[in-house]
Amino acid sequence: MRNIFLFIRRYFNFLLFVLLQVICIALIVQYSKYHQATFGSTANQLIGNINKRYDNIEYYFQLKKTNDSLMKANERLYNQLAYNFNVPDTNIKQRVDSIRLDSIESFRQFTYLSGKIVSNSVSSQSNFLVLSGNNVSKMRVGMGVVDQSNAAVGVISDVSENFAVVMSLLHKDSKISGKILKTGETGTVTWDGKYPNVLTLNDIPKSTKLTKGDTIITSGFSTFFPKGLMLGRVEEVYQDKSSNNVKVAVKTAANFYNLEFGYAIDNVQQIGIRKLLDKAKASSN
Amino acid sequence: MSSLIKNITRFVFLILIQVFVLDRIHLHQMVTPYLYFLFILWLPFKMQRSWVMILGFLVGIALDGFRHQPGFHAAACVMLAYFRPFLINILIPQEGSETNYEEPSFASMGGLLPYLIYAGFLSFLHNAWLFLLEAWQFGNIWYFLVKTVLSTAISLVLILITELIFVRKQKFRTNTI
Repeated sequence: MRNIFLFIRRYFNFLLFVLLQVICIALIVQYSKYHQATFGSTANQLIGNINKRYDNIEYYFQLKKTNDSLMKANERLYNQLAYNFNVPDTNIKQRVDSIRLDSIESFRQFTYLSGKIVSNSVSSQSNFLVLSGNNVSKMRVGMGVVDQSNAAVGVISDVSENFAVVMSLLHKDSKISGKILKTGETGTVTWDGKYPNVLTLNDIPKSTKLTKGDTIITSGFSTFFPKGLMLGRVEEVYQDKSSNNVKVAVKTAANFYNLEFGYAIDNVQQIGIRKLLDKAKASSN
Repeated sequence: MSSLIKNITRFVFLILIQVFVLDRIHLHQMVTPYLYFLFILWLPFKMQRSWVMILGFLVGIALDGFRHQPGFHAAACVMLAYFRPFLINILIPQEGSETNYEEPSFASMGGLLPYLIYAGFLSFLHNAWLFLLEAWQFGNIWYFLVKTVLSTAISLVLILITELIFVRKQKFRTNTI
């Protein structure tokens, strides 16, 4: 027993070093698995507040840019107003739509919840954004987030009372289903951790004809994003000799360097789809 | 100013500068400017090793909070804090210099070169361990090496600039042994 104490006293520094390293690695491993770790929800408030204060100052310097982007967003919305469209002349040609009972009444699947981005990073391997604002209380884990021009930015990974942490597309664990607009092939969009604003689209067969500038959109297969949101444009196509697929470098539509506002997309049917999927999985096991 | 207040101020300022100034400079994807670990480099000679490590852990976890991913910087800082005394023992010029001066600087380390070796080696260690942990699944050795070396160079430049802007006047105390 005495020897053990002597040993501990003698190598106390080394043992403390090992202990602290083990704690750190445990934190890394645990936090990447469970986003709801206690660290996240407690530190979120304090650090979120500091970030908010800083952002208030920085906001003034970005007003001009913000105005421009809001103007563009307005223009897009004005273009969608009902009075821009004429009703086709139905006297000549009549068509009976037998699929839906009431074709006038549409139902809502997605709701946009706006928020101010108070913190953002692009330089590390795992980047996060923080949203604040009145709508945060309605946000849930697993909602997709877009920027002002409706381009995908990330997925909410943690929510506290006043802040929502968004796992950016520029995160090495981020996985989103993407689709080539022209040909319709779907693949997984990931980030290789090297260049900010450049994502990778995997699992695209070699037979696909791709040219630089082709549009990549969200596929709508995942419940995070509705179908057809802009993800980015093809930058370069890499041939993979060992497999039948190509790797596509995609320039993101959202500019991650100067994000100001974010909109979380609430998929009203998400819970229903999840339940069905869980049920299907349970019954197949 | 007492040593405690001085170090608390440094802790707060270095973290704030790291988060709100340096993290927002996007030089290049290979270069991440790190300066906050200067806090550990500037801790007094007299401080016990275990305390240096615990303070390193705290400063790392404080930065991790802003990055929303606890553990990475804490691990790197603990590594740095553990190896600090070894380097001081090797580089200190003569017996008793660490008792004549309070903390590491040009004067107490005996010139520019030993201090640069001290800062350079420790920041290399910090960056290497940090990028190694971050790159867990990447496994591209050249990418990792180039990134570490470039980031260390930037860190060294930043440390030099900081040393030149904030001159730390240190009293030479004799008869302390």
